[in-house]
Amino acid sequence: MKKVLALILACLMVCMLFTACGGETQVEEPGEVTGEATEKVIKLGVFEPATGDSASGGKKEMLGVQYAHSQTPTVDIAGETYKVELVYGDNGSDASKAPTAASQLVSEGVAMILGSYGSGVSMAGGPIFNDAGLAALGITCTNPNVTAGNDYYFRICFLDPFQGSVLANFAVDKFAAKKAYLLGEQGNEYDQGLIAFFEQAFVAAGGEVIKASFPKDSSDFTTYLNQAKNEGAEVIFTPVSIAYATQIVSQAAKLGIEIPFLGSDTLDDNKVLEAAKDTNIKLYVSTFYQEGGSPEFDAGIKEYINTNADAKTANGGDDTISAVTAMGYDAYYVALEAIKAADSADPAAIKAALGAVTYEGVSGAIAFDEIGDAKRDTAYIKTADTANGAWALETVQTVAE
Amino acid sequence: MDFIISTLLSGISVGGQYALIAIGYTMVYGILRLINFAHGDVFMATGLIMIYMCAAFPWYVALPITAMITVVLGFVIERAAYKPLRTAPRMSVMISAIGVSYLIQNVATYVTGGQPMEYPKIPFLSEMVNIGGATTSMVTVVTPVLVILLVIALVLLINHTKVGMAMRALSKDFETSQLMGIKINKVISMTFVIGSFLAAVGSFLYFSNYTRIYPVSGAMPGLKAFVAAVFGGIGSIPGAVIGAFIIGICENIIKALPPAWEVSNFVDAFTFALLIIILIAKPTGLFGEKSTDKV
Amino acid sequence: MTKVTKTKKNTVAALIFCMVLLAIVIFLENSKIIPPTHILFTIIKKGAVYSLVAVSMNLLNGFTGLFSLGQAGFMLLGAYTYAIFTVPTAVKDNVYYLHGGSAIDFSFQELYGKLFGMEGAGGAISLILGVLTAIILGGIVAAIFAYFIGLPVLRLKSDYLAIATLGFAEIIRAIFQWQKLGPITNGANMINNIPTFSNFNIRSEGKVVFYLSSFVPVLVAMVCVAIIILLINSSYGRSFKAIRDDEIAAEAMGINLAKHKMLSFCISSFFAGVGGALFAMFTNNAQAKPFTSALTYEILLIVVIGGIGSVSGSCISSFLYVACSEWLLRFLDNETFIGEFKVPLLKNGFRMVVFSIIIMIVVLFFRQGIMGSKELPDLFKKKAKKGESVNE
Repeated sequence: MKKVLALILACLMVCMLFTACGGETQVEEPGEVTGEATEKVIKLGVFEPATGDSASGGKKEMLGVQYAHSQTPTVDIAGETYKVELVYGDNGSDASKAPTAASQLVSEGVAMILGSYGSGVSMAGGPIFNDAGLAALGITCTNPNVTAGNDYYFRICFLDPFQGSVLANFAVDKFAAKKAYLLGEQGNEYDQGLIAFFEQAFVAAGGEVIKASFPKDSSDFTTYLNQAKNEGAEVIFTPVSIAYATQIVSQAAKLGIEIPFLGSDTLDDNKVLEAAKDTNIKLYVSTFYQEGGSPEFDAGIKEYINTNADAKTANGGDDTISAVTAMGYDAYYVALEAIKAADSADPAAIKAALGAVTYEGVSGAIAFDEIGDAKRDTAYIKTADTANGAWALETVQTVAE
Repeated sequence: MDFIISTLLSGISVGGQYALIAIGYTMVYGILRLINFAHGDVFMATGLIMIYMCAAFPWYVALPITAMITVVLGFVIERAAYKPLRTAPRMSVMISAIGVSYLIQNVATYVTGGQPMEYPKIPFLSEMVNIGGATTSMVTVVTPVLVILLVIALVLLINHTKVGMAMRALSKDFETSQLMGIKINKVISMTFVIGSFLAAVGSFLYFSNYTRIYPVSGAMPGLKAFVAAVFGGIGSIPGAVIGAFIIGICENIIKALPPAWEVSNFVDAFTFALLIIILIAKPTGLFGEKSTDKV
Repeated sequence: MTKVTKTKKNTVAALIFCMVLLAIVIFLENSKIIPPTHILFTIIKKGAVYSLVAVSMNLLNGFTGLFSLGQAGFMLLGAYTYAIFTVPTAVKDNVYYLHGGSAIDFSFQELYGKLFGMEGAGGAISLILGVLTAIILGGIVAAIFAYFIGLPVLRLKSDYLAIATLGFAEIIRAIFQWQKLGPITNGANMINNIPTFSNFNIRSEGKVVFYLSSFVPVLVAMVCVAIIILLINSSYGRSFKAIRDDEIAAEAMGINLAKHKMLSFCISSFFAGVGGALFAMFTNNAQAKPFTSALTYEILLIVVIGGIGSVSGSCISSFLYVACSEWLLRFLDNETFIGEFKVPLLKNGFRMVVFSIIIMIVVLFFRQGIMGSKELPDLFKKKAKKGESVNE
């Protein structure tokens, strides 16, 4: 009896698989026109983490894309109006899940990819897009290896070597720091990469660094913070992901650490801000966009967040604008520009056109170099206004070469 | 000097919190021979429940309600996931425990949307005190005291009550105690209730100190508490507590060693290395009773 | 005499079955029915990798009765070994950019390339040989580590063994993430630009003319699984099963416990290492981050769903698990409207909740899993004699 049951079960599953393929085979070739005769659709793949460690950032980035999509839901190609449809692929912040999420998007027949938050997943998904001949536009993945060696990956943000040196210079200029304590997650390419670039620039400027790393899923940072104090560090650099950053900031506040904290773009998040609120923490982060950079965008997105409960949850429960949201917004328009420039819904044509796109976004002018990286020479440094629970612009740092 | 003191204080505090989780492991293991992988996740879930309860009630109401819910959760997990497998091989039960842990983490991700959640401030616990020049929160001071009180109460319970006697009998010989008329299911449920309650207390203390919760927050403390339980001698409550303090303090000392030695990379690895050494050199742990069954 | 012919018959049947499967894979990928970039092929690749790892875990947990949770650690060793020795020298500086290049200044393909040339058919031979050598080396490294880990830990029993191997896996991960070893392991950074499955597609003038990218992992996994099956059906396999069923009786029958346990542990780790190398090819990179205990649990759950002690069960459940969790159930993550009605509960993360509930149901109520301890051919033999050895 059991044998029969098992056999039936197995057959059923196999059938399910085949019907699923069968169903999907009717899906159009990538980028091809679909739907009713009156409505033409072009699909954009949103390759972002909605679960896992980077979910918080990924959702904020998606928010920018969704807002832009709500503003401009159509695009004109060859005189015809196409409806833009966003297709989501959750990469789970996990490099081992990213390839399937990527090929899911490819199978859905998208014309181009946006994302991802987090460089590791972008690098894991990149070759899939490459094989499929789809252009991918990284929004805030700052690791150099995302675009290097991948013709199809572009990005609109600055890179870690730039960010690391900006922050190191800032530490030297602002605090005349000679000793920095660098704390990152062990085995995280983002943290360790930034720490290495910071170290290079900081040591070159005559400073001295102390490096420490903590294992994954740590929550006790008090000893590291006390150590930084004990070693006489003048700045603490913590380019860590949001979950750790909130812990570090709130524990530092409890310990009464007065050493200024420097953070990278991940720390530009309202959860981190919330942790710093009503404390004496001095927190400085480098980022892509500062609220007030484009009043029109600010007002629009705030209204969007406040009138949409889901958007508000995704943004962490308030309407503080994260830089990644602004970047997501810009990325969507860059993608539309590329589609318009190609004047076609064909992924290959869009890819060919993307490299030459220039766009004046809310986060600044966007143009690509030959590797596919954005030509960016400015980073905003923000400081946490702990009394009001808001970010305040500290300085705009340009590359100091 | 105050660096040394603050390191030790951190160690004692985290050690005490591990101890409260470790007791749950050691009691369950003592009776069922099961590594309750879900225990660390119950600990995390308590934290999340507290957040949602505090949103609805003041903290002094939320606290007992949360403890109650945790106890019920522990009870339900035992009844739903472990009881049906009482006669199955030990491996199946352990797999079931892993499955429960997976389920709790996924539910937590679903509910919180993957955002790190902020733990509410419990007055008094969240205040800061100054000890020997080192600033620390009240939790650090409260934890060891509370742990010692709870352990004394627990030891009394085990040694001087009927339920306690039944627990001891079960951990010695499962079948015989059943023959002696002990209602094993009741006793096992009781064990899970006590374990979950202590995990809840541990959770209040731990998350008052480290105020952010994300779905995998419970995994590492859980594993470390298990190591502590093995270290102290599985089945022995004082052993688990002492083991937990030793691990908590050692861990913080390792973090505090000069960064140039690069040992802070191996904080977690150290815990596991300790576990392996103990298992091989003295499988019964510091205080465990000799038993031929274990190794 | 009859028995021999029967075994032969079974072997032939199994061979034909494998050939047909491979043919189907090749046909699907090259036919125009489904575009070659379809997710089905990603699922096939991942499923093949996972089935190899699951079978290797089953060899240890299901056939020898050693409950080990170190699979992720051995996969990591395989993945890194593969990646370190196959990164082309031309891109090494790029990949190891934080560490000023790699300490290992050659790659296997290029070593073979000196013999066969790097272009055309010679290039293909060097690629195949290079990749193959690296994969096997990955397995060997994992097996060597397993030997040294096994010396102390194999004396432990059941859950103690499980937790000790889990601990070793975590220690291995910590070592590979150490920045000081950067020139070899690339520290926290991933080693990418390694040869992957799609390098095996036959190209001409930059265009793919014949797809083999799904065929390769399936073939490698199949060969490895076949070797494991042969092993299980040999006298060694029978010793393993005897140890599983009753250690004391097995010892009394003259089976050297220590030797056989170690053998099983090393062989299982060897294939986990090979699986790790394939995993690196699948994810296009090697990095220590994914090889956590969560990965081991995932594999363990696959083994349980398939049935502990069934090779074909592990394979079937690997494909099912991967297909369901990463493809067929994805719709649960998206908010869906049926007309005006918003389907409740559907939002990000719901897929994993449903999935873990399914797993719990299997663990609790279908403890035998899909196949129990049976194999695929048993299902077709209506009156298989009891106690007859399993052939597939």
